[in-house]
Amino acid sequence: MSVSRYKDRKTEELSASLEGHVSRDYQPEEYFQLAEYDPSAAELGSYSNYSYWGSTFRAFLRSPVAVFFLALLVLVLAFTFIEPLLPYAPEANTIYRGDTNLRPCAEYWFGTNSIGQDLWSQIWSGTRTSLLIGFAVACMEAVLGVIMGVLWGYVRKLDFLFTEIYNIFDNVPQTLVVIIISYILRPGVSTMIFAMCLTSWLQTARLVRNQVLIIRDRDYNLASRCLGTPTWRIMVKNLLPYLVSILTLRMALAVPAAIGNEVFITYIGLGVPLETPTLGNLIKAGQVVINEPTLNYQLFLPVLILSIVTVSFYIVGNSFADAADPKNHVK
Amino acid sequence: MARYILKRLLRSLLTLFIIITIVFSLLRLMPIEGYFQNYEKMSQTQIDLGLAELGLDQPLPIQLLNFYTDLLHGDLGVSNKYRRNVEVTQIIAEKIPISMTIGLISLGIALAVGLPLGILMARSTRTRYKIGDKLGTVFVVLIQAIPAAVYYLIIQFFGTSAFHMPLRANMNEPITLLLPILSLSLGNIAYYAMWLRRYMVDESNKDYVKLARAKGVSAGDISRKHVFRNAFVPLVQFIPTSVILTLMGSLYVESLYSIPGMGGLLVTVIQRQDNTVVQALVLFYAAISILGLLVGDILMALLDPRITLGKKEGGR
Repeated sequence: MSVSRYKDRKTEELSASLEGHVSRDYQPEEYFQLAEYDPSAAELGSYSNYSYWGSTFRAFLRSPVAVFFLALLVLVLAFTFIEPLLPYAPEANTIYRGDTNLRPCAEYWFGTNSIGQDLWSQIWSGTRTSLLIGFAVACMEAVLGVIMGVLWGYVRKLDFLFTEIYNIFDNVPQTLVVIIISYILRPGVSTMIFAMCLTSWLQTARLVRNQVLIIRDRDYNLASRCLGTPTWRIMVKNLLPYLVSILTLRMALAVPAAIGNEVFITYIGLGVPLETPTLGNLIKAGQVVINEPTLNYQLFLPVLILSIVTVSFYIVGNSFADAADPKNHVK
Repeated sequence: MARYILKRLLRSLLTLFIIITIVFSLLRLMPIEGYFQNYEKMSQTQIDLGLAELGLDQPLPIQLLNFYTDLLHGDLGVSNKYRRNVEVTQIIAEKIPISMTIGLISLGIALAVGLPLGILMARSTRTRYKIGDKLGTVFVVLIQAIPAAVYYLIIQFFGTSAFHMPLRANMNEPITLLLPILSLSLGNIAYYAMWLRRYMVDESNKDYVKLARAKGVSAGDISRKHVFRNAFVPLVQFIPTSVILTLMGSLYVESLYSIPGMGGLLVTVIQRQDNTVVQALVLFYAAISILGLLVGDILMALLDPRITLGKKEGGR
């Protein structure tokens, strides 16, 4: 009994407070307004103007740090490939007799090394080689990773086999694989790319497979299949947006990883021959003079360029992966 | 639990067997000159004789069988260039304690510094300007993005020029080991801090934490008693990876500071092309990695009873 009385009191309070809100007098014509009848609008149905790439770029542009590093990266990359086309760009290995160990000056912007090579052209040529290795590894990783990952995730019969193979080969650190391959093959750019591609795609394949497993049997995919959507369209429209985020991240991180591996492998003496400048070769040469204050620019200039490239790749990759994730588009 | 550990152990043994077989077969392609002391001066008949003596003229399956027989007797062959006619097992036995000491100390430091850093960053996300979080993120990004091979050099440069540390480490003077151990730890510090921060931020958005906050539990108690404990369990899965990270880092660091350990040894024998030692070390490193992952999985299973082998879903 007391409960119902309490309820009544509560209702009264509520209606009183509500009345307070609508105390303004509305004219009858403000309650309803008739809409114009538009036949094309009636046909539209529930269509959203969501665009995947549009939302991705909007989300990416929201972060000023990411945009700054993207600009820096584009600048450095563009310059790396434009540099040999500039007028008066000398061949990177040209030796200027007598001009050994010159500090950075007007003629040699980055100075010269111990045998008189211009470090400016050496560094940009080295960056080109290192980036070539990085891009090649990243592309192979993406292609192999997607193909194997989709097979692994989509074809149920292959799942057991692939999982067992993955569990075995994932045990070997990539650095060790690169060392073995570089030791038994002739050193060179292609050996290095091959060695790094050999196992790096395993991780990508696993990530892709996990994503495919998660979204393969989601209701919207089931609906698409029931409505007779062709498989390629399901792949491109339903699956791919979920993979873009993972793939760009893996690709963006593969480039700095490959550059770092190259430096390491060069250090232990299995790298690209000295006549091809790479960042690894330059850093190894600079390491010799690490404790000579007048000469250690030979170490720090390549290290600086390398750091700019790798940090930019890392940050841009991470930000783009966040932006490309459809989950972050719904605000 | 015992069942799980046994199964996991068997799987590791199988993996070890397969990996050793593959790596051994691959290493048959090693350059021949790496088997002899003075290859350039030898005639073809001498080379053939030498290869026959090492059993390298046999077909691959027989070589494999011989290798496994020797391995079970603890015989990995003799060095021919690095230290002539010394058993490889003896060389490795001398080096293991040194590498293990450095590796374990650096892992300990990584945990001791990385975890508080992660907690600090996670707690800082709740403050107004998030200064701690931002500084920590800059540190993590720099360490993760710049290749280890490069920042080891930068540490060596600043350590030797600004702090007058010696370039070569001496096992008898612990202070000289500071730079190599710092170099090895940094990567893992960043790694642990990054993941702990992420898990703690995830955890602190959960309802039970919100309830605790609404009840007026102090921020310190929440992060110590609730958030950290739950965020720590998934962190265990990164221990094997960080062991491998340390192992591979030690290759470079030990050789940079001339530490007489396993890593420095591998670099030396690669440069001097001593095939038998390279083979033994590569197999040894592969075995340690497998062991690291095994220990990590068992630790994980002990801490989190939900994990079973059958439901592994494609690895960890």
